[in-house]
Amino acid sequence: MQSQTIDPAQTELNHHHAAVEGHHEEHPDHRLFGIFVFLIAEGMIFMGLFGAYLAFRSTLPVWPPAGTPDLELLLPGVNTVNLIASSFVMHNADTAIKKNDTKGMRTWLAITAAMGAIFLVGQVYEYTHLEFGLTTNLFASAFYVLTGFHGLHVTIGVLAIVAVLWRSRTPGHYSNEKHFGVEAAEIYWHFVDVIWIILFGLLYLL
Amino acid sequence: MTQAQLQETANIPVHIPEPGVRKWQDYFSFNTDHKVIGLQYLVTSFIFYCIGGVLADLVRTELRTPEVDFVSPELYNSLFTLHATIMIFLWIVPAGAGFANYLIPLMIGARDMAFPRLNAVAFWMIPPAGLLLVASLVIGDAAEAGWTSYPPLSLVTGQVGEGIWIMSVLLLGTSSILGAINFLVTLLKMRIPSMGFHQMPLFCWAMLATSALVLLSTPVLAAGLILLAFDLLAGTTFFNPTGGGDPVVYQHMFWFYSHPAVYIMILPFFGAISEIIPIHSRKPIFGYKAIAYSSLAISFLGLIVWAHHMFTSGIPGWLRMFFMITTMIIAVPTGIKIFSWLATMWGGKIQFNSPMLFAMGFVGTFVIGGISGVMLAAVPFDIHVHDTYFVVAHLHYVLFGGSVLGIFAAIYHWFPKMTGRMFNETWGKVHFALTIVGLNMTFLPMHKLGLMGMNRRIAQYDPKFTLLNEICTYGSYILAVSTFPFIINAIWSWLYGEKASNNPWKALTLEWMTTSPPEIENFETLPILTTGPYDYGVKHAPANVSPSENPVFRADLDEPYPSIESDIETRI
Repeated sequence: MQSQTIDPAQTELNHHHAAVEGHHEEHPDHRLFGIFVFLIAEGMIFMGLFGAYLAFRSTLPVWPPAGTPDLELLLPGVNTVNLIASSFVMHNADTAIKKNDTKGMRTWLAITAAMGAIFLVGQVYEYTHLEFGLTTNLFASAFYVLTGFHGLHVTIGVLAIVAVLWRSRTPGHYSNEKHFGVEAAEIYWHFVDVIWIILFGLLYLL
Repeated sequence: MTQAQLQETANIPVHIPEPGVRKWQDYFSFNTDHKVIGLQYLVTSFIFYCIGGVLADLVRTELRTPEVDFVSPELYNSLFTLHATIMIFLWIVPAGAGFANYLIPLMIGARDMAFPRLNAVAFWMIPPAGLLLVASLVIGDAAEAGWTSYPPLSLVTGQVGEGIWIMSVLLLGTSSILGAINFLVTLLKMRIPSMGFHQMPLFCWAMLATSALVLLSTPVLAAGLILLAFDLLAGTTFFNPTGGGDPVVYQHMFWFYSHPAVYIMILPFFGAISEIIPIHSRKPIFGYKAIAYSSLAISFLGLIVWAHHMFTSGIPGWLRMFFMITTMIIAVPTGIKIFSWLATMWGGKIQFNSPMLFAMGFVGTFVIGGISGVMLAAVPFDIHVHDTYFVVAHLHYVLFGGSVLGIFAAIYHWFPKMTGRMFNETWGKVHFALTIVGLNMTFLPMHKLGLMGMNRRIAQYDPKFTLLNEICTYGSYILAVSTFPFIINAIWSWLYGEKASNNPWKALTLEWMTTSPPEIENFETLPILTTGPYDYGVKHAPANVSPSENPVFRADLDEPYPSIESDIETRI
């Protein structure tokens, strides 16, 4: 190949360097992509736990082991509907900010956070009324560890939404062009929702 | 046009950092520069290599005689457990991450990693995790169940240490996941526009494959360790048969990570060797795409072969068959790499300097480890030698003869870039000679020991194994001695070595197109690719040029390649 005349402006980062002077924002597309990659890893933890659950299930002759009280379906069912609905609510927040509607976004975010909190309260209520403990048998242990680990993720999701709400007090912090925080929280929230649907099917319905 | 004019026309602020601007204090700080973090990884992991090496020598000293006479059996168990854990999780894996951190942004023309702060977080998880492990040994109740930590054994021995072990490994796993996310995003999104996937250096391809493996497999180990921690600390019985649990499930979860982990430990150095061999043979790499894609193939196959560690765990016969065949297939992409390296060297003008010697040592010893790996993949043979020293010999040929030689090759190769100084060639050769002799003397007799039936992980053995064990032990002392020339050489050369030019090897990849050591944001102005990364000895092939008018670059580029004439003749 022959040597060529080089225009430094053609190289992405030089160009970027010039373009972003006085505007120290990171590449939003990279961050969003990073969140997706991160969620693959998160998903694999849950896949590991689900796989282990299915393995325990297949090695024991009776599942759940004899003497495990039946699970009530009403409360977790309502909780499931609540969580699925909250994903749609969360999506409204994203739609709102893309129309530069900060107030609408804040409202939808607050509702999502509240729904998430209700889910957690429901889960704790369910825990206190179950007739088995962590070490009762293999099913009970798996039940608490899996739902507990998911509950931890719901908690992180709620905290993320609250953090976005907190930041959005500053006018113009989020706009139709700059809303990585909202999108990241949204993707995470959908992830938590999808995991719960699998978990609910595995633990309660299967 | 001067650089200032060039930048003015491109509307780029004139910003000329001094070369080598980092002070030594920066390397002890919470820094976000990928080069600082890379060196922090490398130096930290090397310290743990020394600690792990001392533990290994204590193990070997105990095994010099058939009786238990040097340490107590419990301490012996802790020693080999921590030796393995430290060498794997605190030396080889972080060393790979260290090179990746240092080199990836430079090689793809980025100013830093995609997420510099996340990068720092990932590094700073390592020292506390390592200190935890070392502390558990000091308090005298370290984990005793081997690095695999198989329950139910791990639930009843050294329980405090076991808890610490789980916490430490979880921390290290988190660190490597965060690192992998960073590498993937950086490699996929931050290459200079003129660099497509097929212009990417092979080290970057290798890290792409490695990071994908880390991302998919490490979380499963985390899940297994979470369940194990509940068993240990909260009284659940996931893996405890007395409560209806199934220890084999743990083995599946553990090996779903830990088998890919061997590729996490070797792929980065496959990548480094693919850089080193063409440069020091002055020939284009043979089969660029074959090497690049074989990394991905190894990654994929690595994820579906884990149960070959469990042929004696009572898994069904058809499952053994599947894992035997897939395991053997991995020899194909690995063989492709080996043949490509040999074909690259064939007819090249090989420069027998330290990096190249270590690279050639890598190829030789890794082949031995690879072949014993294929032997172990065969179910009947594996059942015969399971948990014997044959397995120990195999894994040390792969991990020491492979990864560790690869690390040293890479250190020597990039030492001028990282420190701005040349290392001392004579001491490098002494280091290489001692390492190769020590390595083979330590691990070669273990094949025979395994075939004779000596179990691994025992402090006491049948006196008929004494002679071979003595040879192994003295070999391990030679290995211990071999690190001293390296340490002295590294420290002395870093401080007082001959100043290195920007491109002492006359290489074509982008990391050599900047100052040694690179300035803070890597490139004054970013280079533009005009040629592939491995066009050595190709007539009239221009080097990748930096648009900067820096006379240092010019001086480098105007020098003819040392062997360019002979290369043209030998090329077909």
